[in-house]
Amino acid sequence: MAEINIKQVAKQFGGTHALHSIDLTIADQEFLVLLGASGCGKTTLLRIVAGLETATSGEVWIGGHRVDKLAPRDRGIAMVFQNYAVFPHLTVYENIAFGLRMAKLPQAEVDKRVNRTADLMHIENLLSRYSGQLSGGQRQRVAVARALATEPAVLLMDEPLSNLDALLRMEMRAELKTVLAESKTTTIYVTHDQVEAMSMADRIAIVNEGRIVQAASAVEVYRNPAEHFVGSFIGNPPMNFLDATALGDGWWDVAGTRIKGPSVKQNKLQFGIRPEDISVHSPKTSNPQDSPSATIRVLEPLGSHLLASCKVDNQMLRVVLDSDASVKAGDPLHWSPVADRIRWFDPATALAIL
Amino acid sequence: MYSRKLPYLLLLPSALFLCVFFLYPFVLVAWQAFVTDTGELTSEYFMEMATHWKFNTALINTLLLALAVVPFQIVLALYMATLVNGMKRGRDLILYIWTIPLGISDLAAGIIWLAIFEQTGFLNSFMQSLGFIEEPIGFLGYQNKGTIFVAIMLAEIWRATAIVLVILVAGMGLIPKEYYEAAEVFGASRWKQFTRITLPMLKPSLQTAMILRVILAFEVFAVVVALGGTNLPVLMGEIYTWQYDLRDSSVAAAYALVVLAISIGFTLLIMWGLRTPKGARV
Repeated sequence: MAEINIKQVAKQFGGTHALHSIDLTIADQEFLVLLGASGCGKTTLLRIVAGLETATSGEVWIGGHRVDKLAPRDRGIAMVFQNYAVFPHLTVYENIAFGLRMAKLPQAEVDKRVNRTADLMHIENLLSRYSGQLSGGQRQRVAVARALATEPAVLLMDEPLSNLDALLRMEMRAELKTVLAESKTTTIYVTHDQVEAMSMADRIAIVNEGRIVQAASAVEVYRNPAEHFVGSFIGNPPMNFLDATALGDGWWDVAGTRIKGPSVKQNKLQFGIRPEDISVHSPKTSNPQDSPSATIRVLEPLGSHLLASCKVDNQMLRVVLDSDASVKAGDPLHWSPVADRIRWFDPATALAIL
Repeated sequence: MYSRKLPYLLLLPSALFLCVFFLYPFVLVAWQAFVTDTGELTSEYFMEMATHWKFNTALINTLLLALAVVPFQIVLALYMATLVNGMKRGRDLILYIWTIPLGISDLAAGIIWLAIFEQTGFLNSFMQSLGFIEEPIGFLGYQNKGTIFVAIMLAEIWRATAIVLVILVAGMGLIPKEYYEAAEVFGASRWKQFTRITLPMLKPSLQTAMILRVILAFEVFAVVVALGGTNLPVLMGEIYTWQYDLRDSSVAAAYALVVLAISIGFTLLIMWGLRTPKGARV
């Protein structure tokens, strides 16, 4: 059992706040991804859990023990580094065995574990090589094998795939997911790649400017972003945001159309809709009252679909169209949002309104 | 403009320089040591050298000094470099202070330590004023070979540890921090990090530092002359004696070749001992 509790952890570098009082609980065997843009504090948070960085305030608990005063080696963790940190002066075998040797395991056990993890990561034929003779992908595998060999209760991964090329990254993503599911460790995984986060995570914690703005499943953060930031960060293309003005009784004017929304006191709200949650009508069948018109500016044929960037009421609206839709730039587009996929945001706080 | 010959052309001046000022004198010395005035090949100079009563003493003293000084310097420099690298502030200042002896010539260094150890030196007057001794002790007298040896050791360590330190500090700075973080996460204590990460990754610097120091240790001369005079013969001192006092350049040349052979031998030994396995280079 290794539940991780992060309690009010804050970190300051000089005068700047890298982390503002983070509270986060990661359940035993959960795969949690810390997702955010570079410089948002996600790596700092991971390094605080690892003990490579000291928090300015707050507590870290692993498996029911407070660890924030302990050295990294006493925390029962293993880590995969962004630049792999595979020791160049040791063979692949000795790299994988490093943690086991430090724990003074008998040679038979070391042998068994090294061979097993090497098999798992498909590097059993590289054991006598040095890291200088390996490709980036192979080095990554060694780094993961080294971490898994210690059978850690907690595995920390700091952008482990970011130095690999796109194809290799996709392959490793799937492989890592399988391997980690079997290993039953509690994992914190840092990445700036939302596809990586969504495809691997049990739960994604989105970090922005030193705060966790939402921690939920991939589908939840995608469908129900808790903040304007989450909607604009997750999804490619991101969520559309349009200004909405109150008409009374929970009705809102969005780009010249009446849309039913929340009954709140504010006069202005932001209307959010995903580009694929927009339906498009032909001009004849639609009633101009409830289907606002937009003008197509740019069309991007992306194979699986056609992405239309439109102007509506002087605001940007991206719409996902069928790949064989016969439209061209300059055409008007009659659209309406899928009612249960609309999100409303308070422009003052940027928080979602339910 | 670029041609295959260009790199060789650029190397030519330095190659010529080495030939004129190194290779040519070396051939001359070798010639002197092996060939008589009448032009016959001979080993008589080597025989003369080896059968002289001071040869064995000089050889043993030189080897013992190198053996006593160099390992101690390496260990001391490793410790100092670790301290310096662990410092957050004032690192450069400490480094400058520790390297001051590098700016002092070896003869001057010998004289400084002579001022400490001689009959009327600082050590004697210090101990006398504290009442530890009644009258001055002749530390460097001919009957005290042991203290002369220790004094030379101290002077050499004081004088030449800094060069090892500079090389090791530079080498340690090249080891990426993440290796230490990885070692730390995987359970290595400070000491284990030193033995399992620092030492192996420092091999190239250690190699350079040790070769440099060992070669210089076999050439120890001025410090020995200042502190021991002729009481503690060393190889380099014998070369000087044969060349200038006994006016026999041929035997001096034979000595020089012995020093060269020992230096090459130890260089090869160090290179082999601290070799990096193929593929393990960063």
